[in-house]
Amino acid sequence: MNHAEIIIDGHNVAHHAAAEHHDHEHHEQHFIWKYIFSQDHKMISKQFLITGIIWAIIGALMSVFFRLQLGFPDSTFPIMEKFLGDWAKGGKLTPEFYYALITMHGTILVFFVLTAGLSGTFANLLIPYQIGARDMASPFMNMLSYWFFFAASIIMLVSLFVETGPASGGWTTYPPLSALKEASIGSGIGMDLWLMGMALFVVSSLLGGLNYIATILNMRTKGMTMTRMPLTIWALFFTAVLGVLSFPVLFSGVVLLIFDRNFGTSFYLSEIFIGGKALPHIGGSAILYQHLFWFLGHPEVYIIMLPGMGMASEILATHSRKPIFGYFAMIISLVGITLLAFLVWAHHMFVTGMSPFLGSIFVLLTLLIAVPSAVKVFNWLTTMWRGNIRFNPPMLFAIGFVSLFISGGLTGLFLGNSALDIHLHDTYFVVAHFHIVMGVSAFFGMFAGIYHWFPKMFGRFMNNTLGYIHFFVTIAGAYLIFWPMHYEGIAGMPRRYYDFSAWESFKHFQGINAFISIISIIVFFAQLLFVVNFFASIFKGRKLTTQNPWGSTTLEWTTPINPGHGNWPGEIPEVYRWPYDYKDDGNGGDFISQTTPLRPGEESH
Amino acid sequence: MSVFITTLLVFLVFIIIYQIGKASEYASVMRGEENIKFKTNRAIAWILVAFFFLGLYGIWECNEIFKDRMLPVAACENGVKYDNMFFVTLAVTGIVFFATQAVLFWFAYRYQATPSRKTTFFAHSNKLEILWTTIPAIAMAILVAIGLKNWANVTSDAPADATVVEVVGKQFNWLVRYPGKDNELGKRDFRKISDANNILGLDWKDPHNMDDIISQKGELHMVVNKAVKLLIGSRDVIHDVGLSHFRVKMDAVPGITTTLWLKPTITTEEMKQKTGNPDFVYEISCDQMCGKGHYSMRGTVIVETQAQYDAWMAAQQTYYAENNAPSAPTAANMAAPKPASDTTPKAAVKP
Ligand code: HEM
Ligand SMILES: [Cu+2]
Ligand SMILES: [Cu+2]
Repeated sequence: MNHAEIIIDGHNVAHHAAAEHHDHEHHEQHFIWKYIFSQDHKMISKQFLITGIIWAIIGALMSVFFRLQLGFPDSTFPIMEKFLGDWAKGGKLTPEFYYALITMHGTILVFFVLTAGLSGTFANLLIPYQIGARDMASPFMNMLSYWFFFAASIIMLVSLFVETGPASGGWTTYPPLSALKEASIGSGIGMDLWLMGMALFVVSSLLGGLNYIATILNMRTKGMTMTRMPLTIWALFFTAVLGVLSFPVLFSGVVLLIFDRNFGTSFYLSEIFIGGKALPHIGGSAILYQHLFWFLGHPEVYIIMLPGMGMASEILATHSRKPIFGYFAMIISLVGITLLAFLVWAHHMFVTGMSPFLGSIFVLLTLLIAVPSAVKVFNWLTTMWRGNIRFNPPMLFAIGFVSLFISGGLTGLFLGNSALDIHLHDTYFVVAHFHIVMGVSAFFGMFAGIYHWFPKMFGRFMNNTLGYIHFFVTIAGAYLIFWPMHYEGIAGMPRRYYDFSAWESFKHFQGINAFISIISIIVFFAQLLFVVNFFASIFKGRKLTTQNPWGSTTLEWTTPINPGHGNWPGEIPEVYRWPYDYKDDGNGGDFISQTTPLRPGEESH
Repeated sequence: MSVFITTLLVFLVFIIIYQIGKASEYASVMRGEENIKFKTNRAIAWILVAFFFLGLYGIWECNEIFKDRMLPVAACENGVKYDNMFFVTLAVTGIVFFATQAVLFWFAYRYQATPSRKTTFFAHSNKLEILWTTIPAIAMAILVAIGLKNWANVTSDAPADATVVEVVGKQFNWLVRYPGKDNELGKRDFRKISDANNILGLDWKDPHNMDDIISQKGELHMVVNKAVKLLIGSRDVIHDVGLSHFRVKMDAVPGITTTLWLKPTITTEEMKQKTGNPDFVYEISCDQMCGKGHYSMRGTVIVETQAQYDAWMAAQQTYYAENNAPSAPTAANMAAPKPASDTTPKAAVKP
C-alpha cells in the first residue's frame, strides 16, 4: 500500500489489519439499553462527549454575550434581549446578569466541559480499549456516573431560568457574597441550585474516578504491565487520583456553605453588617472556604490538564512516527505534578492576609511544579525531532497544545511568585494565564483527542479541510484574544468588571477590549464549524476501511471498526511490548503493534 | 422569530461549508495522486511557519500598541523593586518562550513527512533528561530567591513612624478613617453600625473615636515620602484594596483585619506632569468580586506634601461632629442624627 496515504486519511499498512471481523453482537439490544441507560463504556463516553459539547456551546455563547458588553459598553444589542429577556432589557446586559454570566461560564467550562466532558469522554473511551479490557470494572457505576452528571447538568440548567438568576459570585463562589441572600440576587435560589448541582457533580466525578482507578489497576490484559501502558492511561490514572482525593474536600466546603446559608451556622461568617442590619454570626472564617475550595481548585486545574497531556503525548508520537521521548520521565513528571498539585493551593490566596511565612512556602512549592512541567515540554519537542510528521488535525491540535502550554505555563511563574502576584492577582493577567494554559490548551488536547479517536468512536473520519480551518482560526484567535490581556493585567486592570469607563486608570483599554470581543465572536463561530463537522461526520463522514487508520501501536486499533459490547470479538489480545515501538517492523511498515511478540534478538524497551 | 431565522441561516451556511469541505476532500481522494497529500502536508508546514512569524510580528505590534498605555513608574519604594523583579522574570521567561516556540515550529517544519524521510528511533537519554531537569530547577531557585527577598520586604512590619489609616470596604464604596489629633483609631464594633449615623460602628465609649475622621468618598490621603500603614477591613463581603500604581493589593475580609504598608514617593501633582495627563489620579480599585457594583467600587489616593496634607486635615470635621452637632454647618452631614431610635451615639456623649 502506498505510504503517502498515511498522511491525511491514513489508511494504513498494518499487516494484521486485513482481517475484517464480523460483528459479535448476537442479539439486538433495545434502544433504551443501548443508547440511553447503556453500560457500555463506548456509549457512555459518547454521552459524556455530546453532553459536554452542548455545555460548551452554551458556555461559549455566554462569553459572547458578556464580551459584547465589555467590548461595546455604550451600544445595545437587541438580539440579546431576544435570548435573555429582561436580563438584557433594551439590548444591554444588566450588571447582575453580567456577573451571573461570567459565573456560569466559568462553572460550566471548568467543571461540566473540561472535567466531565473531557475525562468522562476519554477515560471511558480509552481505558478499557488501551489496557485491553472488555469494559470498566463496574459498568453499572460507570453508568451512574453519567447519570449523576446528567442530573447535575439539569440542575445547573434550571438555575439559569429562575427569577433571581443563577449564581453570580464568580466560579469560585466565595462567601460571604455567596452565602448571604442580601449580598446579591444571585445568592438566592440560584446559588442553592449551584451548590446542589456541584454536590451531584462531585458524586458523579467520584463514581467515575474510582472506577477508572479500579479498572486500570485490575483489568489490564495479559502482558500489559503498568510500564507498558500508553501515557494516556497514565495521565487518566493520575487525573482520577487527583479527583478522588480532592473532590471530597470541595464537597465538604459546599456542604458547610449550604449550612451557613440555610441553617444559621457560622463556618464562613463573622462580623457582618448587611442589608441594614448586623448579622448574629461571629467567629467564622471567610478564608476557610477559600482553603477548602482551592484544595480542590488547584488539583482541579491539573484534572483538566492531565488528560490533554496524555493525549498529546500519544498523538505527537503517533503522527511523528516516533516513540515518545523519555517515557519514564513522562511518568515521573506526572507523579511529580500530581503530588505537588496538592501542595500549592494557597498560591491563589497570597493576598488574603495569610501569614507571609506560609506564603513563602507556597511560593517555593508552586515554582517547583514548573520543573516537571518543563520536562514534559522538552520531551514533547524531542519527540518531534527527526520524526516524519503528518499534519492532520489531531497532530496540529497536539502541536497547538504544546505551544499554548508553554505560553500559559510561563506566566504561572509570575503568579506563583507572591512578590509579583501581589500586584497581578485578580487582574486580567490571571485571566490570560488560566485561559491559555487551562482553557485553550486543555481544549486543544481535547480537540486533538476527538479528531484522533473519532474514527474509533464512529467508524468514520471527520472532515480534514474543516479541521484545518478550525485549527488555524482557533489558535490564531486564542493568541489574539489572550495575549493582549496580559498587558491589561500588568497595567492593573481588574477582572470581573462590568464596565471600565469610569476609571481613569483603565478606560484607555476600551479599543483593545472591543478588538478582543470581535475576535472572540469569530472564534465562537469557528467552534460552531467544529460542532457541525462533528455531528455531520457521525452520519456522513468518510468511512474507515481499515481497523488501524493512523498506524498506531495501541490496542484500541486492534478492535473491529465498529466493535460491539466487549470490544474484541474473540480473545482479548495479549501484549508483548511497550506502546511506542514506532520503528521499522522488518516488513516495510513503520510501527510494531503492542500485540506483536518480540522478534528473536529484539530487546524490549 | 428573527432569532430563529438568523440561527437557521447560520446553520445553513455551516452546512454549505461542510459540503464544500467534504467535496474538496473527496476530489483529492478520487484523484488519488500520492503527491497531493504531500502537497497538503507541505502547505500546512508552511502555514505553521507563517503563523510563527506572524506571531512574532504580532507580539511586536502588541508591544507598540500598549507601550503608552501601561502604568507609569511605580509610585512607592517597594513598587520600584517590584518592577525590577518583574523585568528579571520577564527576561527569564521571555528567553524560554522564544526558544521553545521557535524549536517547536522549526521541528514541525523541518521534520514534515516526505516519502523518503527516515525517522530516528530515539526513546530516551538520561543525559538530556538530567540536563533539562536541573536547568529549570536552577532557574526556579533563582526566581524564588529574588521573590522571597522582595516578599519579605513588602510584608515586613511597617516603619515605627508610619501613619496608620483604616480602609474599610462595603458594598459598594470605600470608607477611609483617619485617627485624628490623638493619632489613634478608636475601637469599633459591627453591632454598632448604622447607615444613618455610624457607618463604621465606632464605639463612642472609646475616647479615641471622638476625633476620628471618616472620608465617605473613599479618599486616601498620604504624605509623600512618609510611610503609611493601612488597616484593612470589610463590613459585609470580601473586597480588595487594589493599588496598582503602588504594585500592591490586599483583601478586605469581614471579621479580620489585614494590613499593608507603603511609602509613596511621587505626589499626585508630580504624576500628572510625568504622565502628561492633567486628569491623572491614583485609584483604589476593588479587586475582589463583591456583587453587582463591584466594578464601580472606586476610591482615590491623594499623595501630597505635608503642608497640603495638614491643610486638608484641618478642613475636615470629625465623624462625631458630623453626626452629633446638628448646628455644624457642614454639607457632608447628610443624615441628621435620628432621635431616640438609635441610642448608641447618645449614650456615648460622655466619653
Ligand atoms: C507553571 C505552572 C503554573 C504556575 C506556577 C501557576 C500559578 C498560578 C497562580 C499563582 C495562580 C493564582 C493567581 C492569582 O489568582 O493571583 C494561578 C491561577 C490559575 N491557574 Fe495557574 N499556574 C500554573 C499552571 C497552571 C495550569 C497548568 C493550569 C490549568 C491547567 C492553571 C490554571 C489556573 C487557573 C484556572 C487559575 C485562576 C483561578 C481563578 O482565580 O479563577 N495554572 N496559577
Ligand atoms: Cu493553582
Ligand atoms: Cu469588589
